[in-house]
Amino acid sequence: MRKRSTNRVRKRRDGDRDATTGRRAAYTVALTALVLCGLGCVDAEPAPLRSSASAPREDALVVFAATSLREAFTGMGGTFERDHPGVELTFNFAGTQQLRTQLEHGASADVFASADRRQMGEVVQAALASAPVVFARNEPVVVVSRESAGALRTFADLPSATRLVIGTPEVPIGRYTLQLLDRASASLGAGFRARVEAQVVSRELDVRQVLTKVSLGEADAGIVYRTDANTALDRVTVVTIPPEFNVIAEYPLAVLTSAAHPRLAHAWVDFVLSSVGQQALRHAGFLAPAGTGAAP
Amino acid sequence: MSRRRLRAEHATLVVVGGLLVGFLVVPLLALFVRTTALDFREGLRHPLVWPALRLSLLTTTVSSTFVVLLGAPLAWTLARARGRLARTIETTVQLPIVIPPAVAGVAMLLAFGRRGVLAGWLYPAGWSVTFTTAAVVMAEVFVSAPFFVQAATSAFRRIDANTLIVARSFGASPLRVFFRVALPMAAPGLVAGAAMSWARALGEFGATLMFAGNLPGRTQTLPLAIYTALESDLRAAQALSIVLVVVAFALLLFVREVLRRSTERPEVPT
Repeated sequence: MRKRSTNRVRKRRDGDRDATTGRRAAYTVALTALVLCGLGCVDAEPAPLRSSASAPREDALVVFAATSLREAFTGMGGTFERDHPGVELTFNFAGTQQLRTQLEHGASADVFASADRRQMGEVVQAALASAPVVFARNEPVVVVSRESAGALRTFADLPSATRLVIGTPEVPIGRYTLQLLDRASASLGAGFRARVEAQVVSRELDVRQVLTKVSLGEADAGIVYRTDANTALDRVTVVTIPPEFNVIAEYPLAVLTSAAHPRLAHAWVDFVLSSVGQQALRHAGFLAPAGTGAAP
Repeated sequence: MSRRRLRAEHATLVVVGGLLVGFLVVPLLALFVRTTALDFREGLRHPLVWPALRLSLLTTTVSSTFVVLLGAPLAWTLARARGRLARTIETTVQLPIVIPPAVAGVAMLLAFGRRGVLAGWLYPAGWSVTFTTAAVVMAEVFVSAPFFVQAATSAFRRIDANTLIVARSFGASPLRVFFRVALPMAAPGLVAGAAMSWARALGEFGATLMFAGNLPGRTQTLPLAIYTALESDLRAAQALSIVLVVVAFALLLFVREVLRRSTERPEVPT
């Protein structure tokens, strides 16, 4: 980095010396801006943490949460704010991978709720969070469009759909989909995964895209989480995946090490794990954290 | 005005302009600075790269051809029409620029999808263009055509009306005037507009994802491949982004060069 900067500074001096024409001057300014920014913005470290000891009153809480938690967490947020008057709760809902990238690049948040243990593992490994705890599980299901509901009644019928939409293997739902298809191949015939994949017309980047395409009737069927399916029950039919094949997603939650509001952050974690929080999660379609069939 | 003052004023303008240059260039530069040569080579070996690059070049070539073939006559008509209807149409065809691309994708699904308003007479029940390479081209035309139409309309408007009147008075038919007079005279503006619209099509993401889906080799263009890679491997995404930036930059430079040569060529006396 140092070597590059020196290089740029030298270029800038050369430019200064014979900056006679407008074009040269513009070039110089551009380079100066680059040098300044190169030193300033690009290498900016996250702002120093506010010491929790010197901030006795916490009045805000920022929660980064996976998109699939939107309905449940938004509802729970109202309850939390009533229990903590004067506290302003802000959610940032996005794909787990996006949230992880934002956190790695210095986004300031207090709590991270991931839809994937792997991503949480990376965040903990980078010392951005500690002591994650699984607070919910989510079960993949098949959603079927109105037009195909008659022909597609069980999981074994899946290859009969002509337009299937699943998640891309880079996102958790896509990974779980391939895992459960592999497991199903063991008992439904070795070619099951291949027969299903032959009908795949799109590998979507997130669960909601899968759901949208099925609920608009554009695709015959897709695989999404139970909680997503629950938001579209008027437009899609749900076919449960037999538990012996299914791969259940585990959702971990952790307070971030750079949390500006650690006390409220811990209060949120406790609230999510409390019976009130758990009841709200159950209502949205999540499974209880403890149980069998955990994802590998 | 003193020479010093002149210089100071000049410098002020340059500094203000330079701020914008910095703002626009730093993120692009950061992409290069923060990607090591090794990451880049690894990224290029990512299985998504080449099919996506090929598909992007193919679909943008086809979509830009459609945009120019259909857009030039439209722009010519709009440039010459005077009525309120023409102004309304001109504004309406600019709308795709301000609509968020994902919304454009949903709108296209509702229009051309399996349950879309045109499904009844477009294709047999149960089939639709969605999830095909043709859908990628359609999404690209939808988001990029307004850029060409806007540039082409202003290029045609800049043609001196007298030239056209003279051409007509010598007996040239409307089509002949369009092809032999209007097109050559507006050529630099048309090429610049086509380049802008092509660049927009190359970067198109939201509408494609909604309307065409994301299947490697069939509908996964370079921006979709970048987003897909972003889910698992930031470095692969950076490498792909560099490929996209370089390809776009090279093609835009090429167009500029062609434009410069065509405008600097001395006029042939007639």
